Amino acid sequence: MLIKKPSDIPSSEITPEAIYNARREFMRGAMSVAALGVGSLAAPGLMAAPTNIGDVEVKGPDWLKQQIASANANKEKVTEALTPYEHITGYNNFYEYGYDKTDPAAKAHVLKPHPWTVEIAGEVAKPGTFALEDLLKGITLEERVYRLRCVEAWSMVVPWVGFSLADLIKWAEPTSKAKYVAFTTLERPSEMPGQKSSFSTIDWPYREGLRMDEAMHPLTILAVGLYGKVLPNQNGAPLRLVVPWKYGFKCIKSIVKIEFTEKQPKTTWSMIAPDEYGFYANVNPQVSHPRWSQAEERRLPSGLLRPNIIPTQLFNGYAEQVAHLYKDLDLRKFY
Amino acid sequence: MPVLWRRIYIFVVSLIPFALLVYKTVTNQLGADPAKTIVLFTGEWAIYFLFITLAVTPLRRLISSKKIHFRWLQTHRRMLGLFTLFYAILHVLAFLVFILGLDFSLFGKELVERPYILITIPAVILLIALGVTSTQATMRRLGKNWIRLHKCIYLIAILAWLHVFMQVRSSYFDAVLFGVILLVLFLSRVYLSVRK
Repeated sequence: MLIKKPSDIPSSEITPEAIYNARREFMRGAMSVAALGVGSLAAPGLMAAPTNIGDVEVKGPDWLKQQIASANANKEKVTEALTPYEHITGYNNFYEYGYDKTDPAAKAHVLKPHPWTVEIAGEVAKPGTFALEDLLKGITLEERVYRLRCVEAWSMVVPWVGFSLADLIKWAEPTSKAKYVAFTTLERPSEMPGQKSSFSTIDWPYREGLRMDEAMHPLTILAVGLYGKVLPNQNGAPLRLVVPWKYGFKCIKSIVKIEFTEKQPKTTWSMIAPDEYGFYANVNPQVSHPRWSQAEERRLPSGLLRPNIIPTQLFNGYAEQVAHLYKDLDLRKFY
Repeated sequence: MPVLWRRIYIFVVSLIPFALLVYKTVTNQLGADPAKTIVLFTGEWAIYFLFITLAVTPLRRLISSKKIHFRWLQTHRRMLGLFTLFYAILHVLAFLVFILGLDFSLFGKELVERPYILITIPAVILLIALGVTSTQATMRRLGKNWIRLHKCIYLIAILAWLHVFMQVRSSYFDAVLFGVILLVLFLSRVYLSVRK
């Protein structure tokens, strides 16, 4: 990485003071959210994000804002504190925008996520290209607070707003041949500078996939919001997958295509390094990544002198709900 | 500029990355995962100083007109080399303290399982050896052997590059950039020894 000289920053990139101050205000709010996280989750009917995070404005169409605002509160039991908004939206792996953790937050504003269409293809009764608005029509969104465990051994706790992928799958009516669901991210180099890099190991567009039973599992959601707000671009706007018991790279962002297939689809990271990243990518402290241990994780934000290192749980702590999906699978072989 | 002033000047400038790191640490600007940020930052600066140190001789010998020359830089090569050591040591310490939490049983396991960490052991030991033997007194005492010993810097550079290359995941950019710089530095020396 080269260190940019200050003169490289065009004045247009410098945050106006008013926005900066508003952000400081908001971050104070976000901290208290994190601190209060546990309490507010325990209270029924209360969104994890209280109103003091309301200062943050994420761009998006009104219909989406309204739908997110009327989302049902979180039902999952999570006892851990939420990761502050600034870290969830400022520390991202989204290589379409660059290779540093701070690149997505700095560069993703160029993307125009609305209007957005999603192609539904393959073994389904209702193939076609659908506007996001139409796909979400009649769907009641809900908040889900999930642990997110990155394959790089860090983790967060994120209050997503979304809906069950199963609802969309049922609506699309897959045929009996549909055994897998394949997802594709937007490929638009004009708005995604990382896709222009000649040094990338990634064969764009980014691809991911799930087995049908994984896709239908009630924990699997498509998210459109975060912290009660529209999903920011750097987090995969306007539509991303969240599969909480798998490593983060399975949670494909900015989805433009959902295809139902008979054969296991190719997935980006297992194409790059099949010995390091498998198709299943279930969180598993027993199976090390060849270049680092998966036994523990740094729960972000992690302090310096008191690093927030906690043991990683099998299936990221969702074993009770999902272990039965893999009872006949050798998890060492099918990592 | 008198040598002493230059020396102070280069010393202060070389400490700027470290000062920046301390400032960011104190003001809480290292992001969500400060441990990783510090390890990456110090590692990168160790490599930059290694490049700068290796560039001194080719710069002096290839660019030498009356107006523009780098003879003055030769005087300060030792300090630049010692700053390479300084940032490399910070890198190692940051890894041990902030990533491993000084759990040395974990360290042993990391060494066995991660070859990209294992190869840094000889590099760091050699770098310390070069630092310790960098005084004028040792130089005189070791004579020709001093030059032989300090040729190890090439091996250290190759190991440092391998350390970066073996960690490539999503982008070859850094590995290619560092590789090209190193290649240019090496080839310039080959050229100089052929021209001699």
